[in-house]
Amino acid sequence: MLRFVPLIVFVVLAGFLARGLMLDPSELPSPLIDRAAPDFELPTVDDAAVTVSRRDLEGEVWVLNVFASWCAACVTEHPVISALGDEPGVRLVGLNYKDAPKAAMEWLARFGNPYDALLDDREGRVGLDYGVYGVPETFVIDRAGRVRYKHIGPIDEETLRATVQPLLSELTATPS
Amino acid sequence: MTVASRAAHGKRLSRIVLFVGSLAVAGVAHAQSPDTPAAAPGRAAPLVAFESAEQRALYETLLEEYRCLKCQNQNLADSNAALAGDLRREVYERVVAGVPRSAIDSYLIERYGEFVLYRPRFRATTWLLWIGPFLLLGIAGLYAMRLARRSRSEVRVEADRIDEARALLRDER
Repeated sequence: MLRFVPLIVFVVLAGFLARGLMLDPSELPSPLIDRAAPDFELPTVDDAAVTVSRRDLEGEVWVLNVFASWCAACVTEHPVISALGDEPGVRLVGLNYKDAPKAAMEWLARFGNPYDALLDDREGRVGLDYGVYGVPETFVIDRAGRVRYKHIGPIDEETLRATVQPLLSELTATPS
Repeated sequence: MTVASRAAHGKRLSRIVLFVGSLAVAGVAHAQSPDTPAAAPGRAAPLVAFESAEQRALYETLLEEYRCLKCQNQNLADSNAALAGDLRREVYERVVAGVPRSAIDSYLIERYGEFVLYRPRFRATTWLLWIGPFLLLGIAGLYAMRLARRSRSEVRVEADRIDEARALLRDER
C-alpha cells in the first residue's frame, strides 16, 4: 500500500493541473449573480438632460450591455446584441463605458442602434459597481431586479441561442 | 552490511529523496503567486496626498494586495490598465475618508469576488489552499519515516541471517 503513495499523490496533482489547464482564467464568476443589480442614475448619451435610473426599469426584464466605441470586440458582437434588441418584452440598455458621447453616437450611426436606452458612464463608476473588467460585458436582469446571468467578452450566436434567449423567454414568461 | 543490502538500502534512500524533492518542487510552484516585488521602478500609482503616514501605509499595502482584474498577474500598484487606475481612485477615496480596511476589502469583493484579493481569506472554500502545503509536508514526513524504519529492520534481519550462516559454517567444520 505504502508504495502507491507517490503514485496517488501524482495522480491527484495531475488531475488538478489538468483541470486548471482547461479553465479560462480570464473568466471570473460574478459575485452579482442572483443578487440585486446595483443602483445607478446616469444621463443618456443622446441627451445629457435626460437621466435613466435603475428604478425606471423596475418590473421589467432587461439586458445591460456594456460597450464602447474604442472596443474592437464590440463591433464583432454588435449583430448579436442587435438580435437581442428584437427580443419581445425585453428592454435593451446600453452602458457606454468610458467613452465620449460624440464617438459613441458616430459608432452607433455606423453599426446601428439597437438600444432602448443608452447610458453615459464616462467615468466608469457604474461599470465599477457592476464589476466590469473587460468590455464587452452583458448582464440579464429579471423583473425582481436581480442579476441572473453575466457574460464576459463578446456574445456569439451559439451562446445567444443556447443560453441567453432561453433565459429571456423564461424570465418574460413569469409575471411580476 | 553486505553489498546487496547496501545497494537495496541506497535505492530506498534515493527513492525517498526523489519523493521529497518532487514535493518541494510542487511547493515552490504553488507558492509563487502571492509575493509581488515591492517598490518596482516606474510603477503606475500616481502621486497622491495623505493626511497621515498611517493612511499612506494602508493605501500602499492595499494596492500591493489587490489584484488588477484586467491584467491578472499584476496588483493595483503595478498595473497600468485603466481599470486599475479607477480602482486605485476608489481605494484612495476610501482610505482618505477613513474607511477601515475590512470595508474596503468587502467593497471590492462585492464587485469582483474573492479573486481580487491576492491573499485569500480563510474560508470554507479556501482552507485547503492555506493548510494544503503543510498537510502534504506532513504526509511526506510520515511516508519517509515509515520507509526509513522498514529498511532499518530489513538490514537487521539480514545481519541476523548472516550470523546464523556463519554459525552453521563453523559447526560444519
